[in-house]
Amino acid sequence: MRTILILLRKEFIMIFRDRTMLPIIFVMPLLQLLILVNAATFDMKNIKMFIIDKDHSATSLRLQNKFSGSPFFRIEDQSMNVEGGHNSLLKGNADVVLHLENGFEHDLMTEKQTKAQLLVNGINSRTAGLINAYTSNVIADFNKNVIIDNLHLKGDQMLQVNISSSFWFNPSLNYKNYMVPGILVILVTIIGMFLTALNIVREKELGTIEQINVTPIKKHQFVIGKLFPFWLIALFELAFGLTLGKLMFDIPIEGSLLVLFSFAAIYLLVILALGLFISVSAKTQQQVMFVTFFFMLVFILMSGLFTPENSMPIWAQRANAINPLAYFMRVNRMVLLKGSGFADIANEFISISVFALVSLSLAIWRYRKTK
Amino acid sequence: MKRFWGFVIKEFKHIFRDYRTMIILFGMPVAQILIFGFVITNDIKDAEIAVLDHSKDQTTHEIVNKLTASGYFILKDNLESEKEIEPTFQSGKIKQVIIFGNDFGKKLVSEGSADIQIIADASDPNTANLLVNYTSAIIRDYTMSLNAEKTMNATIVPEVRMLFNQSLDGAYMFIPGIIALILILVSAMMTSITIAREKEMGTMEVLLISPLRPTHIIMGKVAPYIVIAFINAITVIFMGFFVFKVPLEGSLALLLIESLLYIFMSLSLGIFISTKSNSQQVAMFISMFALMLPTVLLSGFIFPIENMPGWLQAITYIMPPRYFIDIVKNILLKGTGLAFVWKETLAILGFTVLFIALSVKNFKIRLE
Amino acid sequence: MATQEKIIHVRDLVKKFGNFTANDHLNFDVYKGDIYGFLGANGAGKTTAIKILCGLSYPTSGTVEVAGLNIYKERENIKKDIGYMSQKFSLYEQLTVQENIRFYGGIYGLKKKELNEAGNHMIETLQLQNERHKIVGDLPLGWKQKLAFSIAIMHNPCIVFLDEPTGGVDPKTRRQFWELIYQAADRGITVFVTTHYMDEAEYCQRLSIMVDGRIEALGKPEDLKNEHAAGSMEEVFIKLARKQKETS
Repeated sequence: MRTILILLRKEFIMIFRDRTMLPIIFVMPLLQLLILVNAATFDMKNIKMFIIDKDHSATSLRLQNKFSGSPFFRIEDQSMNVEGGHNSLLKGNADVVLHLENGFEHDLMTEKQTKAQLLVNGINSRTAGLINAYTSNVIADFNKNVIIDNLHLKGDQMLQVNISSSFWFNPSLNYKNYMVPGILVILVTIIGMFLTALNIVREKELGTIEQINVTPIKKHQFVIGKLFPFWLIALFELAFGLTLGKLMFDIPIEGSLLVLFSFAAIYLLVILALGLFISVSAKTQQQVMFVTFFFMLVFILMSGLFTPENSMPIWAQRANAINPLAYFMRVNRMVLLKGSGFADIANEFISISVFALVSLSLAIWRYRKTK
Repeated sequence: MKRFWGFVIKEFKHIFRDYRTMIILFGMPVAQILIFGFVITNDIKDAEIAVLDHSKDQTTHEIVNKLTASGYFILKDNLESEKEIEPTFQSGKIKQVIIFGNDFGKKLVSEGSADIQIIADASDPNTANLLVNYTSAIIRDYTMSLNAEKTMNATIVPEVRMLFNQSLDGAYMFIPGIIALILILVSAMMTSITIAREKEMGTMEVLLISPLRPTHIIMGKVAPYIVIAFINAITVIFMGFFVFKVPLEGSLALLLIESLLYIFMSLSLGIFISTKSNSQQVAMFISMFALMLPTVLLSGFIFPIENMPGWLQAITYIMPPRYFIDIVKNILLKGTGLAFVWKETLAILGFTVLFIALSVKNFKIRLE
Repeated sequence: MATQEKIIHVRDLVKKFGNFTANDHLNFDVYKGDIYGFLGANGAGKTTAIKILCGLSYPTSGTVEVAGLNIYKERENIKKDIGYMSQKFSLYEQLTVQENIRFYGGIYGLKKKELNEAGNHMIETLQLQNERHKIVGDLPLGWKQKLAFSIAIMHNPCIVFLDEPTGGVDPKTRRQFWELIYQAADRGITVFVTTHYMDEAEYCQRLSIMVDGRIEALGKPEDLKNEHAAGSMEEVFIKLARKQKETS
């Protein structure tokens, strides 16, 4: 026990004497939250619309007004020729072109049906899908009014289903509430994994690890001495990040912090053990950085940070069973946003504990005092 | 000159011998494409929902069938009371609950209207929004079909065409982004760390007193990364073309020249970072924050720039990947030529000159 | 000083890296209280051997006993009884003199009181009173080496292994360093030292000379000089190296 304390004291002195550590610990979460959260948003506002209205009728004007009245659309420009619309799509000045042919109103009146052509820039499939949904909604609304008017004229009544929708846990559909917990996961993971991984290989490069290896120190003492400081720093980072998230973005904290931090504590064991494993397997810091980087990238992209896990293909969902980030991503959001309790995440708790056990054993086994 | 080539060959051998790093350098673009192509989708399918049906009649049955037949929804649970809703959401089993009021079918016929309530788990607001939209659309269609029997209605039929990407394929978006990301990673991050390593180990001094000129040393150090980056760019374009059927509308030659220009910009950025950092760790963290973050987030790779707050949009103008992604999208997908992208090309050229000038300035200060 | 009690016992030690044989059937004994010189040119296999003796590396085959304990089975017990100073400077450069002393002393299980006494004594002997709270990285190389040696024997090991301890140090500091070695030997610590400075060989009580992975000569400096009809160890070494070249 005394040996471990001595190791810990040394690690802490060295960590806090390093000038680059404090900015990493305090500035990084601030920047990440500020930039990531603001940048990562799918809230569609101001869809740029270009209108070609060859009809110039009362109905076409009504439809135009319907669009300009919607908070989602901004009429960027109008023109009578198709070229202009196409060009503005090419240049990126418009996201969607609404094209109404001559005879738009006439067809509606006589043939009960008329066409409204929409050209959407489809490169970003996600935005294009949303633009499509929003325009369809506006037109469907418009249609409904037309129908109601017609039925009233005939003195008949329309069958109607009143749909009311409510959004729980995030009534204003604030995307930031979704992103902040996700980014906190990334943050503590990066901090924990990179710092641990770089620490030991650095001792290797400098040669100090040899001096440690000729001492009678026990493997587990060494591993605890190396991991505990970063475990503590990463947990602190989570608390710090949560505080920033609360102050800057007022994210909800519905569930119990005790549950959250207990899960984080076990999760971090997994992450640190992986970092340790990479570190003892590599020769240079450069190697460590690339291996860590590669795995982090794959883990983060698969974790469901931007896209829900359910919409991934089955094989990817299965693969996520061995992605520790996916577990914490899920748990963090469940606890913070929905107030899920221990019983709701019991499965995740068990999985991550097994994970921790396996990865720690693996890392201790891989660390050799003798080559 | 002969000495210079000898040095370059030595550097090549040195880099290619480290097979672990090699696997990662060439494996990274492939892994990224596969993940973005097959894993990251925003399509809603098989969303798990629950129904709380107070009527349990013919009409509600038909509506639920319509929903599950759409392919978007799977009926996971039938709830019995409002109390069950919250715990079911908390357990994370379902994403949406649909509640039918009392005597739904009867009311619809006798009173002409009936009530449906949709409750979505908006802890993922994006999905929640889409689910509610889909559900409403399906229910609306259903009522329309009921009404159609009564009257012929006048409607506007929207005719939607997706330009540049008719089937709304996600690959069209991520291929340009991955090219930009990989190139800047390989070129800038690798060079900055390599040079920082020489400084950390003290071997840079040894090289500097050798008869090689400093510019030659730097050129020799970065030459292998130009080759690796270029191979990576071609890999991504080809994988996009053959695996994801992303078209190549414009000129391949122009695209490759633009890529090369972007590689040079990244290299000069990498050299600039290395003049500013004394250890590999510092070089890496600067690279992560100066390169990774902006390339993924502030370039329009994943998140549309137009949706960001104004101050953040302003920052994107000083992010080189933003311009490169625009160039690639134009050439690759819209088939436009230099006439459409000359401004962006100039911007990247400007960045290259700026970074080289700054590096030379820093380097001179260090030598004095 | 030397006694007849064997403290290192090596028979047929072989270490191979792939096809390359770094240590080719080494046989030697070191007696308690010896100052034993392990000589050889760069790349002769000295560091490889010393790493095996310290338990940093596995031998390919052969018998090795250190302090009466088997290197295969009791490696961790041996580590309590040895001190080691590697070729690379291996104290923590970011820690102060005092912090390094406390760290290494603590790891070897020195009690607080012992640690304070040993630490004060060391700082006095090395005359580092003013540098006590300075970062080790800022000290001149010679001082660092002397500090590293003193820390390596702080826990009173049976034997201390020194791998080229005086590399890159000026002649005056080298002499001071050897004074420290003699002091340690007086305390009863066996010293096992590698070097390629042949003048330092004269300071050893017994020594062996390695050429290309093999021990080519072994004995007291006087005996070796007589045997090879040479005036200095330098000459002995050159003759051995030349002989090796002719036969190979």
